Amino acid sequence: MNSQETPLLQVRDLAIGFGSGEPLIRDINFDVSRGETLALVGESGSGKTQTCRAILRILPKAARIHSGSVLLNSETGDIDLIAMSERKLRDIRGNLISMIFQEPMHSLSPLHRVGAQVSEVLCLHRGHSKRSAKEIVLQAFERVGFPEPEQVYRSYPFELSGGMRQRAMIAMAMVAKPDLLIADEPTTALDVTTQAQVLGLIRDLQQETGMAVILVTHDLGVVANCADKVVVMRNGRIMESGPVATVLDNPVHGYTQKLIAAAPSIPHEAEPTCTRVVRDPILQLENISKSFDLRGGSFLSKSTIIKAVRGVNITVERGGTFAIVGESGSGKSTVAQIALGARTSDAGGIIRFWPKAGEPPIEVQTLSPPEKRNFQRQAQMVFQDPFSSLSPRMQVIDILTEPLEIHQIGTRLERKDRAIELLEQVGLDPSMLRRYPHAFSGGQRQRLSIARALALNPSLLVCDEPTSALDLSVQMQVLELLEEIRDNLGLSYLFISHDLAVVSRIADEVAVMRRGQIVEQAAPDVLFTAPKHPYTKALIAACLEPSMDQKVDLEAVAIGAGNPDTWPESFRFTGMQAPDLVESEPGHFVRVQL
Amino acid sequence: MTNLTDDHYVDSAPYDANAETSAPAHPDLDAPNWLLIWRKFRRHKLGLISAVFLAISYLMMPFAGFIAPYTPNERNADHLYAAPQMVHFFHEGKFIGPFVYPETATADLEQFRWVYTSDYDHPAKLEFFCKGGTHYFLGFIKTDRHLFCAPEGATVFLWGADRLGRDVFSRIFYGGQLSLTVGLIGITVSFVLGISIGGIAGYFGGWIDWVVNRIIEVLRSIPELPLWLALSAAVPSHWGPVAVFFIISIILGLLDWPGLARAVRSKFLSLREEEFVRAAEMMGAKPSRIIRKHLLPNFASHLIASAMLSIPAMILGETALSFLGLGLRAPAVSWGVMLNDAQNLASIEIYPWTAIPMLPVIFVVLAFNFLGDGLRDSLDPYSHD
Repeated sequence: MNSQETPLLQVRDLAIGFGSGEPLIRDINFDVSRGETLALVGESGSGKTQTCRAILRILPKAARIHSGSVLLNSETGDIDLIAMSERKLRDIRGNLISMIFQEPMHSLSPLHRVGAQVSEVLCLHRGHSKRSAKEIVLQAFERVGFPEPEQVYRSYPFELSGGMRQRAMIAMAMVAKPDLLIADEPTTALDVTTQAQVLGLIRDLQQETGMAVILVTHDLGVVANCADKVVVMRNGRIMESGPVATVLDNPVHGYTQKLIAAAPSIPHEAEPTCTRVVRDPILQLENISKSFDLRGGSFLSKSTIIKAVRGVNITVERGGTFAIVGESGSGKSTVAQIALGARTSDAGGIIRFWPKAGEPPIEVQTLSPPEKRNFQRQAQMVFQDPFSSLSPRMQVIDILTEPLEIHQIGTRLERKDRAIELLEQVGLDPSMLRRYPHAFSGGQRQRLSIARALALNPSLLVCDEPTSALDLSVQMQVLELLEEIRDNLGLSYLFISHDLAVVSRIADEVAVMRRGQIVEQAAPDVLFTAPKHPYTKALIAACLEPSMDQKVDLEAVAIGAGNPDTWPESFRFTGMQAPDLVESEPGHFVRVQL
Repeated sequence: MTNLTDDHYVDSAPYDANAETSAPAHPDLDAPNWLLIWRKFRRHKLGLISAVFLAISYLMMPFAGFIAPYTPNERNADHLYAAPQMVHFFHEGKFIGPFVYPETATADLEQFRWVYTSDYDHPAKLEFFCKGGTHYFLGFIKTDRHLFCAPEGATVFLWGADRLGRDVFSRIFYGGQLSLTVGLIGITVSFVLGISIGGIAGYFGGWIDWVVNRIIEVLRSIPELPLWLALSAAVPSHWGPVAVFFIISIILGLLDWPGLARAVRSKFLSLREEEFVRAAEMMGAKPSRIIRKHLLPNFASHLIASAMLSIPAMILGETALSFLGLGLRAPAVSWGVMLNDAQNLASIEIYPWTAIPMLPVIFVVLAFNFLGDGLRDSLDPYSHD
């Protein structure tokens, strides 16, 4: 790198506060040179998003920039974006600096065609006519990987998937050929395979145009794969910054070390497999299918039937963890709900539950209401979103004793003792009994959620993405807690996740789902070291790890993550027809044509 | 600050890796809901002033007879359309306590109006805790004591007198008793209907929801005023004022529930999707428990705000009906009934004080709107603006 050259963007002593108080974000200093990618890393609340919003001065109303400067090196010399008038700044936004937001759903206007929204930038900043703008936009669409740019140009945002929308957003950010692209968690809302592809696209575009990129992310895996420099933030301050290789390979600050240690990763070498001999199932799903009736508004309109789950068979071992992995829409959550009897399976599906080893199973689908309540005592669920799964109007003690109250167990005092015991079990302080959920952080709330699920002493827990809404370091703690509880209390888990790395840690057996069907199923060490199915390979390849020598293999991702009818011939789905699930080796099932 | 190499910067402040395991992350949010709402509401000055004003207004209602110097239908045949009188303290430069100058009426036959001349030589000192017309203190203690009244031979019409020589000031207090309660009774009827119908539609969904929605749409498409008129006209004319009053409030409530039912239904629908409701279902809670323990507490505050915003519509409705002569009728006194007397444009021009009852209507309606607004802003204490 040429150190004589002036950096494109210099942020100096930036301090941002909310309301009249002391600045919450302070002493922010970093440089971005042309053609360089800087990653701003931190957990939620670290101030990384506000920092990059301050560069464009699009902070929320309550926020105020206390001091500092943001110098942008343009043709006419350095300009200070903080001191600049709002009117002049408008010329810079979208022209010299573009931004991509986290949520592709909300950043495109639903009322306008995608093409019109993208060409607006050109008409506004470059004075293009509609026709010439369209040509450029079509080229950009082709560049970001749309097979039929013309069709995308005419479509509305709701017609595109999340990944497609994020591509459209990237095209929008790119058409004006900005000097600097700010990407605020551009891939957090996307599936892992899509994430890898979108990041690859940003990297390619950057090499092509020589622009600088500021990438805001909480994922060190993304940093390792994309960035040149990294800034680690915590509580509004920079903890450590420097070249990626230096920071990731030799982290000095304790916080950086902790972040790197917490990042989940997939084992690369097979560990000796402990062979399970005794088959002692606790839950068995046989031939589970679920079709949904999509109705357009009222009961007068016609319905279309969607098959969300097709012919799933799984067996959860007592004391073990069975994991289902898949992208959004793969049907994994539906399977979890069916397993708990919250939804019914289509005709032909059987769910068996063995309350105790050696006893005859009960059939969940055919239970009478009182029997079902009895079943619910033994099988509980942990939810994904810790912010919506606890009622904001209830104190911790009410939340924890509610299951006992519903099932009329114990006196008030006994219930309170149980609540204290539960809090201790999940590593929270018993003094928190009278507090409200909003006083807690995401990780603490997820612990509360787990405590509530444990209140009835269940033998089976269904965990529906229990860690995906949490910061990475907290994710690790919650996973450790789940493992500890499983081993101490002899629980069995049905674990749903989209993240192979999370699953690799906790599961005894993993099933990969796509389009409502299991495409591959095996013990994790077998699955991760010797995957057979292209989709599993894509999932593994798309996992980003915080080390410099594990780069994403985009080709493998592209093969497996595509439509199931573009898979290699022996794996291909044709319409509704899919190959059968066959046992290629003992305990290793693949959906393949032999 | 430590700079290890050229570019590598490491913060030197002490760092505790295990700092945040068990302490609450947002202790400021750790308070019961009502306290959080109050903290936020306190900052909404206009809402706070309105709340105080309304509290005083409602608290004064039972004492109306005591505060008012006259009873509502007490006539002073010698003081028809008497102008508002000032309360003075200094007579010829000397402090002698609150007093009024007595007035006598003469008919101006040229302009055909009453002209009042004050007798500035004989100040009439106001009496306190004096005897006047009988009224019911707190509604059940029969008494003839008043806070203040004029001495023999003088009158105290603070806001003038109307066509029959009745004191406007006293009648506004009595009128408030009815006008302010109309809103409360109406809102109760509207709430019971709105919550139960909206709740049923929202919780069970399906065809029930469809039917309820269509009924609401039909009700909403009927022009309101003619419907009120038709319903009120159907009230038998021989009914007593109290019966008419109740039936009017119920009519107002019956026409107000669709809006509320819609709000309840949509709130129910969105809350049902929350994971804590699903969690309760999975624990085996029955629908009644879920509605009671999880749904209602989460939108009770929302309901209070929408009630605050609906009461003014009721008060205005009563005023409008009575103004048109179709609501309450004399001898009942409400602000609308008083305004009914002020229908004649000519008399408002000559005796503008007969329109004074508009002021309390305006102030109360504004206050309810501000209060509702303030409550709505502060109801979700967890949202940040």
